[in-house]
Amino acid sequence: MSGFERHTTTGHVIANFSGFEADLLRSLASQLVELLRNEAAVPRDDLDPFEALMDFSGPTNEPEDPVLQRLFPTAYQDDEQAAAEFRRFTEGTLRDGKSRSAEAIIDALEEAGLPPELTEDGLVIDVELTAAQGESWLRSFTDVRLALATRLGVEEGDEEYWYHLPDDDPRGQAHEIYEWVGYLQETLVDALTS
Amino acid sequence: MDPVSTASPVTVDPTLAPDEITFLSKPWVTIVWNDPVNLMSYVTFVFTKYFGYEKAKAEKLMLEVHNDGKSVVSNGTREEMERDVQAMHEYGLWATLEKS
Repeated sequence: MSGFERHTTTGHVIANFSGFEADLLRSLASQLVELLRNEAAVPRDDLDPFEALMDFSGPTNEPEDPVLQRLFPTAYQDDEQAAAEFRRFTEGTLRDGKSRSAEAIIDALEEAGLPPELTEDGLVIDVELTAAQGESWLRSFTDVRLALATRLGVEEGDEEYWYHLPDDDPRGQAHEIYEWVGYLQETLVDALTS
Repeated sequence: MDPVSTASPVTVDPTLAPDEITFLSKPWVTIVWNDPVNLMSYVTFVFTKYFGYEKAKAEKLMLEVHNDGKSVVSNGTREEMERDVQAMHEYGLWATLEKS
């Protein structure tokens, strides 16, 4: 896995993912879509601790849901009425845009050969994106990272904390995935601006 | 997007200093706040891409966000600032607007 690069002749950005990585990315994007689309989603209690952490498609009808609060921040800090108006006029559009971007990731991975169920080993998924598609992926990577970070409680300069968690701590595994998406995003910014 | 917004024709009080005139025609600001998640490179990318700022200006604003906790990234009418804040939320940045 080497992240994104700019294709010198087409100007497109390219990356190749293992089947496992592509499947993981699809799963993260799918959860984002579910979180954004399903207002009435309820938390599941039948998951193991790792799956529960990776599942940020929690209840969305609660305005205090921290992930949605972060994805759709209050625009006016000192004016509740203006903030509510702003939310009323923008949140639907923002939700649609964010879901469409996440869906575009799923579609691109599947068009590049990711099967509905990952069964075979050694699969390589080559992705080639235009600059506009790449920018849309960047925004989705941000949304996924914001969701994971909010669920994990990531804070400024807390890297050491995560690295020193015991190997079997599901939060450590979830944090590694958060960092992986960050790495993908960093290489994609580089590829788009180089 | 055009980084230079043009003021609509208004009658200007001749006794006002240029700074005060600017203040009156662009009384709202968009503020981007620091968060522990967004990458510095991504924030710079967003400022160049959306506002059309030169890389040096985008980096300066990004560093203000990072070091000072927030930065005023644009100013204009209330309607313009609502558009900017919505765009920042689209990019996943934490942005608010207020009267300057």
